[in-house]
Amino acid sequence: MATQDVAPRRESPKTSFFNDPKVRGLLYQVIVIAALVVFVAFIWQNTLANLAKQNKTTGFDFLWDTSGFDVLFSLIPYDRSSYYYQALLVGLLNTGLVAVIGIVLATMLGFFVGVARLSNNWLVARLATIYIELFRNIPLLLQLFFWYFAVLKSMPGVKQSYAFFEAAFLNQRGFYVPAPLPSENFWIVVLSVVIAIGAVFYLRRRARIHLEATGNRMPVVLPAIGILIVLPALAWLLSGATLDWDLPQLKGFNYQGGLTLPPEFLALVFGLTIYTSAFIAEVVRAGINSVSHGQTEAAQSLGLKDGDRLRLVIIPQAMRVIIPPLTSQYLNLTKNSSLAAFIGFPELVSVFMGTTLNQTGRAIEVVAITMLIYLTLSLGTSAFMNWYNERVRLVER
Amino acid sequence: MSKRIVTIAVGAALAFTVQAAQADTLEDVKEKGYVQCGVTEGVPGFSNPDENNEWSGIEADYCMALAAAIFDDTSAVRYRPLTSTERFTALSSGEVDVLARTTTWTMSRDTQLGINFTGTYYYDGQGFMVRAADGITSALELSGAAVCIESGTTTELNAADYFETNGMDYNPVVFVQQDEVVKAYQDGRCDVYTTDSSAIAAERSKFADPSEHIILPEIISKEPLGPSVRQGDDTWLNINRWTLFAMINAEELGVTSENVDEMLGSDNPSIKRLLGVEGDFGTPMGLDKDWAYRIIKAVGNYGESYDRHIGPDTAIGLERGLNALWTKGGILYAPPIR
Repeated sequence: MATQDVAPRRESPKTSFFNDPKVRGLLYQVIVIAALVVFVAFIWQNTLANLAKQNKTTGFDFLWDTSGFDVLFSLIPYDRSSYYYQALLVGLLNTGLVAVIGIVLATMLGFFVGVARLSNNWLVARLATIYIELFRNIPLLLQLFFWYFAVLKSMPGVKQSYAFFEAAFLNQRGFYVPAPLPSENFWIVVLSVVIAIGAVFYLRRRARIHLEATGNRMPVVLPAIGILIVLPALAWLLSGATLDWDLPQLKGFNYQGGLTLPPEFLALVFGLTIYTSAFIAEVVRAGINSVSHGQTEAAQSLGLKDGDRLRLVIIPQAMRVIIPPLTSQYLNLTKNSSLAAFIGFPELVSVFMGTTLNQTGRAIEVVAITMLIYLTLSLGTSAFMNWYNERVRLVER
Repeated sequence: MSKRIVTIAVGAALAFTVQAAQADTLEDVKEKGYVQCGVTEGVPGFSNPDENNEWSGIEADYCMALAAAIFDDTSAVRYRPLTSTERFTALSSGEVDVLARTTTWTMSRDTQLGINFTGTYYYDGQGFMVRAADGITSALELSGAAVCIESGTTTELNAADYFETNGMDYNPVVFVQQDEVVKAYQDGRCDVYTTDSSAIAAERSKFADPSEHIILPEIISKEPLGPSVRQGDDTWLNINRWTLFAMINAEELGVTSENVDEMLGSDNPSIKRLLGVEGDFGTPMGLDKDWAYRIIKAVGNYGESYDRHIGPDTAIGLERGLNALWTKGGILYAPPIR
């Protein structure tokens, strides 16, 4: 323990003990740590004693009990005879799905709006300003309710669904799209796509090395498109793999077959994307504004093309400013997805802290697990963004 | 040195919690001057606030009966609306003194949550409501339906059991708040709204046109609704249990809020004991001798409360059915006061 670090020094004479700033500093730290330990131990004991007093069953063994409830939307097979830990997994995956899709969409929309706000076009810049101020300043929960209940009301009933080419259908129950049914050897085609993408990256790298070595540009775009089309097409033809589609069909109450995106999911992704993109737009604007005009002029005087000037000079410097606050926005989006419980989308909080907590009564265990998961998700996102930040950081020479 | 501090502090913490363990809810309630009662967010007939925030319903009546027995004052109640997911935590953490919130008495709740159910004030069962225009006549035709459910309820589990048992598919749409469940059903998100059949009737009474919705004949579960209290406080458990029994016994003995004063002079020994004329049944559980008289005088007997809030003459219109006295074909049966 930390106390042992100090113990040997206590043998020295009293005066020097109190007057030695090093020892004193150490002593203060030990006191702080000891106070913290006492505090945590107090909370821990208090919790245990109180739980015992309330005659509650405690422990994590419930995770291996049958859950007994169903969920609306799951990425893994799940039914009422599944276990609670599987319910946890269903919620976690749904949260992850919403977070990933939301982050990608919000980033794209946010960059677009942020750049639009800096546009020289009066109308475009004003529209972007209105968008940002409107969505940034209305509480997210209200926006989610709006998207869910307002949009739900305006959708047609099942029998009057909007049909898109008789393959996809949109109604109050969700968006029904065909599900792919790949044949067994379809993985060859998927593999060829992966190889093609790898080849394109290799090509790009070679082109850059060539440019830096000789100052001449190699054609990249056309060969890349060629590789991306020809390789998978060849693989498809040669392997004889097939890809069928499972079309949604109206049966009884509803469309069956295909993939279903429930309106809760659509409303949640929509609401989170729009809300977060308004913040990201401001972050992007701040980043671009932070690069002084002198940099543009310097790049121009070097004779860089417009595209290269943005890509090589402006954006790398803007990213330094953009990334740290962008990380916070990503974390916010992930955590905000927990509001889904109010519009009925079965993500982590809804499935685990809602239904599971209630059916098992293990409040402390369930809340602790949920907090730990959000903490892990957030720290993971942070770690990734820090790594990325390190990469795009201005290298000082 | 700091190690000793840790030991002392942990010991102090333990001592502190042990001291806190001796909770006496009746003393707390008397000290506060009111009963803190956990109720629904608004189910007409059970516990529902009016425009003046005056709560009424058979659950509100139960809370008032407690207040009458303890304080002889039905206004000494504070209502705390709780969602179905908050309710047990609110009770076990001491936020409410008693939970009277359309809560089904189940074994796991009774034994694992640190609470005790004190009785049953309404024998219910889970039912289904659908739109009349869908032309459904039986719950067995519901395969593939979208079903709106409130989160953390026995309803959620029963529905899963029922559809599984009958080999049907369904899409559960689960909300935390009850009004959102109803709203989603009304907006057409779901084909079916399912919960306890009494609550379905209550919700339907709030609809713009109740006749557009029908309640299917199937009752798929047993849902005995009752009040619950924290474990480990037997006095408080007894007070709650016998408050309900007093109301049921009063109906059986024909004592109502109107004739209770005449009944004080009754020759029937059972009535004499109920009203505290003969013997003292209040003091042993920390109340006054006339505790039941106060309940009946202020709130009425079980039948009066039922008829006032959910009976056939109300908008909710529930027949007594199972909830009739055992002497009248129902299963309502309270142990005798003696």
